[in-house]
Amino acid sequence: MKLFPSFNHSARRRMTGLIRKETVQVIRDPSNILVAVILPLILLFLFGYGVTFDPRYFNIGLVVEQATPETGSFESALVNSPYFRIEKGHDRRELEDALVAGDIKAVVVLPAKFAAVAYRGDTAPIQVIVDGGDPNTAELVSAYIERLWANWLTQESISRGQSLQPVLVNLEPRVWFNPEISSRNYLVPGSVAIILMLIGALLTALVVAREWERGTMEALLATPIGVAELLIGKLAPYFALGMISMTISVATAVFVFGVPFRGSFLVLTLLSALFMLAALGQGLLISTITRNQLLAGQLSVMSAFLPAFYFSNFVFEIGSMPLALRLVSYVIPAKYYISSLQSLFLAGNIPSVLIPDALGIAMIAGIFFILTALATRRRLD
Amino acid sequence: MGRPLAQIDRVTKRFVKTGPPAIDAVTASIAAGAITGVVGPDGAGKTTLLRLMAGLLAPDEGALTVCGFDSVREIANARPSIAYMPQHFGLYEDLTVIENLHLYADLRSVDESERGGVFERLLDFTNLAQFTKRRAGKLSGGMKQKLGLACALMGAPQLLLLDEPSVGVDPISRRELWRMILELADQGIGVVWSTAYLDEAERCESVILLSEGKPVYHGPPVDFTHKVEGKVALIRNMPGDKRDVLMRAMEAPEILDGVIQGNTIRLVLNNPMAEDQLRSALSLADAEIEKVPPRFEDAFMASLGGGPKKRSPFTARPVHGAAPDEIVIKADALTKKFGDFTAADQITFSIRRGEVFGLIGPNGAGKSTTFKMLCGLLRPTSGHARISGLDFAAAPSKARARLGYMAQKFSLYGDLTVRQNLEFFAGAYGLSGKRKTAALDQAITTFNFAPYLEAQAARLPLGYKQRLALSCAVLHDPDVLFLDEPTSGVDPRTRREFWTHINAMARRGVTIMVTTHFLDEAEYCDRIALIFRGRVIAEGLPDELKTRSRREGADAPTLEQAFITLVREFDEREAI
Repeated sequence: MKLFPSFNHSARRRMTGLIRKETVQVIRDPSNILVAVILPLILLFLFGYGVTFDPRYFNIGLVVEQATPETGSFESALVNSPYFRIEKGHDRRELEDALVAGDIKAVVVLPAKFAAVAYRGDTAPIQVIVDGGDPNTAELVSAYIERLWANWLTQESISRGQSLQPVLVNLEPRVWFNPEISSRNYLVPGSVAIILMLIGALLTALVVAREWERGTMEALLATPIGVAELLIGKLAPYFALGMISMTISVATAVFVFGVPFRGSFLVLTLLSALFMLAALGQGLLISTITRNQLLAGQLSVMSAFLPAFYFSNFVFEIGSMPLALRLVSYVIPAKYYISSLQSLFLAGNIPSVLIPDALGIAMIAGIFFILTALATRRRLD
Repeated sequence: MGRPLAQIDRVTKRFVKTGPPAIDAVTASIAAGAITGVVGPDGAGKTTLLRLMAGLLAPDEGALTVCGFDSVREIANARPSIAYMPQHFGLYEDLTVIENLHLYADLRSVDESERGGVFERLLDFTNLAQFTKRRAGKLSGGMKQKLGLACALMGAPQLLLLDEPSVGVDPISRRELWRMILELADQGIGVVWSTAYLDEAERCESVILLSEGKPVYHGPPVDFTHKVEGKVALIRNMPGDKRDVLMRAMEAPEILDGVIQGNTIRLVLNNPMAEDQLRSALSLADAEIEKVPPRFEDAFMASLGGGPKKRSPFTARPVHGAAPDEIVIKADALTKKFGDFTAADQITFSIRRGEVFGLIGPNGAGKSTTFKMLCGLLRPTSGHARISGLDFAAAPSKARARLGYMAQKFSLYGDLTVRQNLEFFAGAYGLSGKRKTAALDQAITTFNFAPYLEAQAARLPLGYKQRLALSCAVLHDPDVLFLDEPTSGVDPRTRREFWTHINAMARRGVTIMVTTHFLDEAEYCDRIALIFRGRVIAEGLPDELKTRSRREGADAPTLEQAFITLVREFDEREAI
């Protein structure tokens, strides 16, 4: 049997008949609206408000063993920093309990000999005890304190009129595309991609499996319907639904989260349409192979959501992964779509980014459809 | 008989490499303008054969020609001429009647301009004209099958394949379905009707009788039944208990098969015998014995080698209760309302010790609701259910301990072994220590489970599954047993074996309630209540109900005909 028969009059009518049927079913089943409208909003708000990589303030303890003008100066540098809230003590044992309980993330100890050794630079004049239970935070805290310490030293030397070390390079960072370096501007477009991947796969994962479970597929297969008609008939209404989700997600990103949008909406729509086809295609393939709604639902969440999350540069840098994982990332459509979304939102229409991305997505979508068409049996055995 | 529409030539189909094939070297032909029955119990291969004809399966060996085309290579050419109605309702429940019709009109290339006429004709034919806006899921079982038929008939097919169309359909709708199908056959359509009901086989022009995938018989049903002509007899007015008589009759070498039919016993003999000879062979001097025309089932049993000759081990178990007329189960004006829908309305009956009582009615009539209230699984809106005088509302666990329950179909744990199933149910019924060991040992010896103890329940032969389900339900030796559709769809031999156990239990004082939509099963009961639209519309001995609905000048009605008459009378009373 031909995979793509010529679409004559009867074939077209069979297809429109199926599209009409599927649309009526979509409208009558409230769970579709839940997946297409409510789910993206919930996820977007979770990502938009709940996840951030921006620095926040930490509670730390400060032990001054012997107060001198020097310790006073350093202490005020700490207090004035927006990154720290200080809890003071005279002995490190006083603050140990708070550190163990996790109320403070670090203890900075200024020893009695602080004033004497501070400017010598040979032995460590201050001690920093960090709670290593949360390595990420520990890393951040110690880095901040080190930076602050270096700054303070420079300030002190300048105010004393002595040059400690000649400054060879003066680093003055300038950030392009996301000048505020707000992680939200970066996270929200990324989460749009992950949400659309999940929704697309979830919407179609259930449709073919449902027909098998309810026994309607058997009746359908006994009619003269062709594979292409069946797949297009199944896909069309969910494609429309997926594009509605896309519109809602992008509108929320721009108008609620205030993420700038610098590209063109036409390009966005075209790219999203391609991406939606890839996501729907993945769901359809899963549904066709499993023929079981529960299994298809679980598989689509696992195979759409998790890889999109891990292998798309959304949170984890692909460049720093081992080669095997880097290769895996090439078959994850979300990787291309996130890259496109980030340029469309933050940079604009950059053909050198968007065209390869579009090609990547189109190829993956094509592979899903060919596999689905091959997996669609006109027989039961 | 017209030209053959489908030619099945030594077709074999396997789903598992090892083990017996699902269809084993079947050769048959399907004629146009006639009804061909594909007859056999569940698991005989009926659905597989129909799917092979619909081109949904490819044969492993042999060849199939459908409407002049090969069923594998040229199926696309044949498809417009084949209509297939799968066993499970194959339409969309969330679409309305008319939307389903439109979909099938699209799929079967019926032009917009023709649709008005075609729809009108089909809706008129199936009596669905007033329900076009109703969602298919809200139709009754009978109406669903009619809608399925209407959709299948779209685009004027030549071959109509119907897979168990009469399952889940009340007798009245079943009769209507038959009327429609006969009309279609008259118009020249070749109809294939698969069924587990052997009485339906007699109505077909030709049958393909299957047993475990093998063709037992192919040809006109009369020729098959003719093989036991003169060998079928009915015993009436026998002295003593009919179950006793049947048990002893089955031990006689002259008897091939025997079943209870209302107040009579139906026997199939090994060889034709005169009535007097038979009377002395069975030492039933006073009984009335009459030769009757054979039925399809008699011939089927004869071809399978007859019914079980062994006594049920339950015969030897101690007897429950002393007073035989004691009322054990009492339903007193049981009513259950779900919102403004009354599922059960003032259901009243009582069952005496050792009686087999049948609750009969089509799906959705209120059988299960009544049943659940009696088991204490559902609280009645009003009225009472009592088991041995214990009210479920007052003493639920005490009442439940007296009760054994065997759920519909095979409801054990298929992935557990026989031993694990038995142990689980022993625990569930609160048996432990010595009592548990004794109960398990007894179950194992009674049913010969020893060779199967470590086998997964799902892999047991059907007869053993049935035995395991029964033995789990009676592990705690209950004096009340509830059976939900115990043998519908089961092959007649397994059904007979099952009923020898039930009969043996009834003889030792176990009170048994059976719910079923399967009217043959109702014949095995002492008394039955017909439930229709939530009400008991008739109650009595099966023979009484038949007599009550007997029309002047007509033959003795079957229980099914009696049922239809009683429902009609009920509807007429309601209308006034």
